[in-house]
Amino acid sequence: MTLMRSILGAAAGLALTAGAVMADPAIIFDLGGKFDKSFNESAFTGAQRWAEETGGKFREIEMQSEAQREQALRRLAESGSNPIVMTGFAFGNVLEQVAPDYPDTDFVIIDAVVDLPNVRSVVFSEQEGSYLVGMMAAEASKTGTVGFIGGMDIPLIRKFACGYAQGVMAVNPDANVIVNMTGTTPAAWNDPVKGSELTQAQISQGADVIYAAAGGTGVGVLQAAADANILSIGVDSNQNHMHPGKVLTSMVKRVDNAVEKAFKDGPGMDSGMMVMGLSNGGVAYALDEYNDSLIKPEWKASVDAAAAKIASGELTVHDYMSDNTCPVINF
Amino acid sequence: MGFDTVIQVLDSTLRLSTPLLLACLAGLFSERSGIFDIGLEAKMLVAAFFSAAVAYTTGSVWIGLLAGIAASLVFAGIHGLASITFRGNQLISGVALNFLASGMTVLIAQSWFKQGGRTPSLIGGARFEPIDLPFAGSVAGVPIVGPIYSDLLSGHSVLVYVALLAVPATWWLLFRTRFGLRLRAVGENPAAVDTAGVSVVGLRYAAVGIAGVLCGIAGAYLATGLQAGFVKEMTAGRGYIALAALIFAKWRPWHALGACWLFGLLQALALRTDVVEAIFPFRMPVQLLDSMPYILTVVILAGFVGKAIPPRAGGQPYVKER
Repeated sequence: MTLMRSILGAAAGLALTAGAVMADPAIIFDLGGKFDKSFNESAFTGAQRWAEETGGKFREIEMQSEAQREQALRRLAESGSNPIVMTGFAFGNVLEQVAPDYPDTDFVIIDAVVDLPNVRSVVFSEQEGSYLVGMMAAEASKTGTVGFIGGMDIPLIRKFACGYAQGVMAVNPDANVIVNMTGTTPAAWNDPVKGSELTQAQISQGADVIYAAAGGTGVGVLQAAADANILSIGVDSNQNHMHPGKVLTSMVKRVDNAVEKAFKDGPGMDSGMMVMGLSNGGVAYALDEYNDSLIKPEWKASVDAAAAKIASGELTVHDYMSDNTCPVINF
Repeated sequence: MGFDTVIQVLDSTLRLSTPLLLACLAGLFSERSGIFDIGLEAKMLVAAFFSAAVAYTTGSVWIGLLAGIAASLVFAGIHGLASITFRGNQLISGVALNFLASGMTVLIAQSWFKQGGRTPSLIGGARFEPIDLPFAGSVAGVPIVGPIYSDLLSGHSVLVYVALLAVPATWWLLFRTRFGLRLRAVGENPAAVDTAGVSVVGLRYAAVGIAGVLCGIAGAYLATGLQAGFVKEMTAGRGYIALAALIFAKWRPWHALGACWLFGLLQALALRTDVVEAIFPFRMPVQLLDSMPYILTVVILAGFVGKAIPPRAGGQPYVKER
């Protein structure tokens, strides 16, 4: 095993010195796919922006199955790509094994924490952004019942749900928040049919604003909500344009900024943990020409006030992942 | 839990069971003729993609439906070619088609629409709109019967009714016509059928073709009826649940309807945690409901509740002379 490792390390070292001249950055997209109109697409936008600004080139790989992760990482590292950015919590375990073998390569993982000297872990304070859209939902709801539809049932998605529910309760303490998860396997990120059935089920329970944090499944949620003439809330990328006038807002996670910054910093970047929250523009709610008629100025004022309080630390939103519990809802 | 809730859950059941039912009947035809079909999922997926893509391009959902059926028929043709003409392994052919469909749809969608393996959202005439059955509005006020008719039965897309009508049609075709008798015979004892001077190959191709048409409708329903566009892997394992339903129904059409409704009901219940909490005194995990179709199928296969005996010649390519 140790012999194997040293051989691998030697091979990697050789490959690194060979590739150090070019050192193009690389990005690996997770299973949702590069154009999921959501998380991965946002990462791609950031990489694209970097390429346009600097005229540089980057390499990319799109995951097709769970088993490819390690192989893809090693191949990029051995071909001299530096830094290597990967989108998605699912890379966490793999990166823990791979990163020590390539000490001269910088890795950036988004949505997970890997505590190694050559890894930068970017995590977002999704609970803060979700809190803001939750406030919006409660303001816009006429029935006092709002919904949340998550993708795969993982702590990260519960973090969204928990922040959202806290925001709803902040505006309307008597509100009812219905929480559903699409499934427990990665297929839950790509099941719009189930997403729209869940939406209809929540509508029949009285929900009139529904927040989807479900990758490709969210397409079905937004569609069903638009068909039923109720409001929906998009996630990760700005999804307001998908059904103009029917999407109340989107909880935007600036994955693009994180990727762009990583590419700009280049090899030798600061490693460690980087938290992107309201205070440093990591999360936000989206306001554009598609939804400005839906949002009343007084809602905007109160949400912006809350955002300022959260950014200054005056108001803290409970993070589900800090202790795996949520003060306002039971999972 | 009121009567309205029951209607809502059953309404959802009807929508969710329709693609299962169509795929299950497709599998029924194919397997009754002795051709195992693991590739139901593949056929639904290509049909979903091509129906959405063509419906978007032409603006007509009917042309989209035809394109979906055509795509599904091409896949059925490949399966037939591999497993009937060239006597290959039917399971391997089916698995290969599943992989082909999952990769091919995304690839074509990406180069066609440049939206990351999905089609643009369908609007207007490019979607199947819900249709109201006659008098649905006027009887809505009648207690009990009114909601059942106007909320539960009425207001679905036309393909739901096609699927329901396909059940008696399948029963009649298989059990009341000469074609059906021969088709069932070819799945049990192809040599006898051959001796009687009827083409085994022709019958099996016919069965696989019918399966292609039914899967085509199922896929088109997913993409243009339930949804407004194609998303990669949108069948999400429904082809396999349909296979489970087929075994659960022991390869009989009316039982297939029952099995698909049961599986659809389980899926619909899993969506309504409030109803589940009201029904069961303990905390029932929704994951258990989701896995029930598979558990039930295993129970049936293990022979606890009657025996599930597949068509005897299933899976074996027919060789005329040895």
